[in-house]
Amino acid sequence: MNRTEGYLQRRWFNRLMLVLCGCAAAITIIFLALILGYTFINGITYFNLDFITQASKPVGESGGGMRDEIFGTFILVGLASVIALPVGLLAGIFLAEFAGRKMASAIRFAADILAGVPSIIVGVFAYALLVRPLHSYSALSAGVALAIIMIPVVARTAEESLRLVPGSQREAALALGISRWRIILGVIIPGATTGIVTGIMLAVARVAGETAPLIFTALGSAFGVQGLTVPIGALPLQIYRYALSPYSDWQKQAWAAAFLLVILVLGINIVVRLVSNRRK
Amino acid sequence: MMKKSEQATTLLPGLRHKEAAARPRVGDRIFSKVTLFFALLIVLILAGLLIALNIDAWPAVQKFGLSFLTSVSWDPVREEFGALPAVYGTLLSSLIGLIIAVPVSIGSAVFLSELAPEWLCRPCSFLIEMLAAIPSVIIGLWGLFVMVPFIRNPIEKWLGSSLGFLPFFQGPPFGVGFLSAGIILAIMVIPIITAVSRDVMRAVPITQREAMLALGATRWEMITRAVLPYCRSGLIGAVILGLGRALGETMAVTMVIGNSYNLTPSLFSPGVTIASKVASEFSEASGDLYIGSLIELALVLFGITLLVNIIARLLVWRSISVRGGGE
Repeated sequence: MNRTEGYLQRRWFNRLMLVLCGCAAAITIIFLALILGYTFINGITYFNLDFITQASKPVGESGGGMRDEIFGTFILVGLASVIALPVGLLAGIFLAEFAGRKMASAIRFAADILAGVPSIIVGVFAYALLVRPLHSYSALSAGVALAIIMIPVVARTAEESLRLVPGSQREAALALGISRWRIILGVIIPGATTGIVTGIMLAVARVAGETAPLIFTALGSAFGVQGLTVPIGALPLQIYRYALSPYSDWQKQAWAAAFLLVILVLGINIVVRLVSNRRK
Repeated sequence: MMKKSEQATTLLPGLRHKEAAARPRVGDRIFSKVTLFFALLIVLILAGLLIALNIDAWPAVQKFGLSFLTSVSWDPVREEFGALPAVYGTLLSSLIGLIIAVPVSIGSAVFLSELAPEWLCRPCSFLIEMLAAIPSVIIGLWGLFVMVPFIRNPIEKWLGSSLGFLPFFQGPPFGVGFLSAGIILAIMVIPIITAVSRDVMRAVPITQREAMLALGATRWEMITRAVLPYCRSGLIGAVILGLGRALGETMAVTMVIGNSYNLTPSLFSPGVTIASKVASEFSEASGDLYIGSLIELALVLFGITLLVNIIARLLVWRSISVRGGGE
C-alpha cells in the first residue's frame, strides 16, 4: 500500500516537472512572439513609402524617412564583407587543410575568443585604431569594426564545412596528380559552397543589426552618404537615437526602422536555414 | 588520412621529372603560407585589441592606479573617475539575468532534448534560434516602450508592496533600472544557454538513460539522476557562456537601465553597466583622461569576459568532444 502511494507521488511529481519544462520552452517562444508582434504591428502602422525614399528631417518638421541610413547600412555591411570574407575564408581553409593539430587548436581558440569579445569593445578598438589617429569618425572605421566581428564567424563556419567534404573526393583529385591548392580551389571549396555561403549570410545578418560598435565609429550623419572617410548613418544606429529621443515622431520612425531591420535580419536567417536544410 | 595522400603526390610524379614534382609543391607552399598569414591575422587582431586598449587607457591607468576599481565617483568636470558602480551594475544585471534565464533555459533544453517529439522539436529549436538572431537594439526598443511600462506598474508596485521589507525591493518604481536590465538580459541569453545545453544533453549516451529507466525510474528521475549529472560540466559551461554574453551586452541594456551612476541595493533604481556607460558617453567624451577612463572601463570588461569565455569554452569543449560529439 505504502509503495503504491510512493509510486503515485513520484508519477505525479514526474508529470508536474515535465509540464514545467514544456512551460519553460513556451515562455521562450512567447517572448519571441511578443517582440516580433509589437515590432510588426507598430512597424507596419508607421511604415510608408516616404520612409524609404526620403532623407531624415530635422526636429520639428514632420515626415521624412531613413533613405540615407538604409543605404548606409548596406554600405557598411558591404565594406565589412569585403574586408572579412577573404580573411575569414583563407583562415578557414588554413584551419581545415593545412594546420597541424596544435596550431589549429590555438588559432581556433583565438577565433572563439575573438567571437566572444563584446561588440562595444570591438568598437572601442576601431576607434583607437582608425578614428583617433585620423581625427575623424568614418564609414571605414565602422566597416573595420564590423569586419572584426564577422571574421571569426566566417572562419569557423568555413572550416567546419570544408571538413565535411568527403575524403574520397580529395583522394580522387590527388590521384590525378593535381596539386593541393588547385584541389582546394577547384574541388573542395565547390563541394562546401552551401556551408560556406550559409556561414557568410549568417555573419552578414548578425552585423547588419550591430549597433554598439557604430556609435563612435560611424557616428551617424545628417547629410547622407558622402564617402568612406566621413561619418555615415546606419539603420540600427538611428533606431537607437530615435528611440531615446523625446519626440514621438522620431519614436514612430524608430519602430518603422526596427520593422525593416527585423525583416532583413530574420529574412536572411530564415532563407539560409531553409536552403541549407533542403540540401541536407 | 591527409598524410597518406600527401605521400601519394610526392611519390607518383617524382619518378621521372624532378621539376614536375617540384612545381605543384611551390604552388602549395605559397598557398599554405598565404592561408597561414590570414589565420595568424586572427591572433594578431586579438593581440592588437589588447595592446591598443592598453595604450589608450594608459593616461587613466597612470593617474588613478588601482583606486580606479574602488572609487565611486564619475565626474568629467573635476576629472575624477572610478569604475565601481559600473562594475557593480554589470555584475548585478547579469546576475539577475542568469537567475531568470538558467531555470527557463535548462527547462527548455530538457524539453527539446528529452521530451519533445521530432516534429515539435525542430520548429521549437528554430524559433529559439530566431530569438537569438534579433538585433539587440530592437530588443531594447521593445524593452523601452513595451516592457518597462509593464514592469513599472504591475510588477515593481507589486514587488514593492509584498516584498518591500527586503532592501532589493525598496524605493520608487522607475521602470528603467537594474530589474528591467536583468530581465532584458535574460531574454537575450536564454537562446544561447538553451542551444548549448540541448547539444550537451544530446551528447549523453542513450545507455545511461536506458539503465536508469530499467531500474524503474520515472522520466524526471532519469533526467535529474542520469542525464543532468552526466553533463554537469557542459551545463555549467553553457551558463557561463551565457554570462559572457550578458556581461558584454550593450544596446538593449543601455536603453532600459536608465544610465545613472548609482551604487544601491535597490533593483528598482536606475543604474549603469560598463558597456552602457561606454556606449552612452564615448562619443561625447573629450580629453585624454576622460576618454582614457572610458577605455579603461572597456579594458576591465574585456578582462572579465575573456576570463569567463575561456572557462566556458574549456568546459563545453570537454563535455561535447570527449564524449563523442553531440551532432
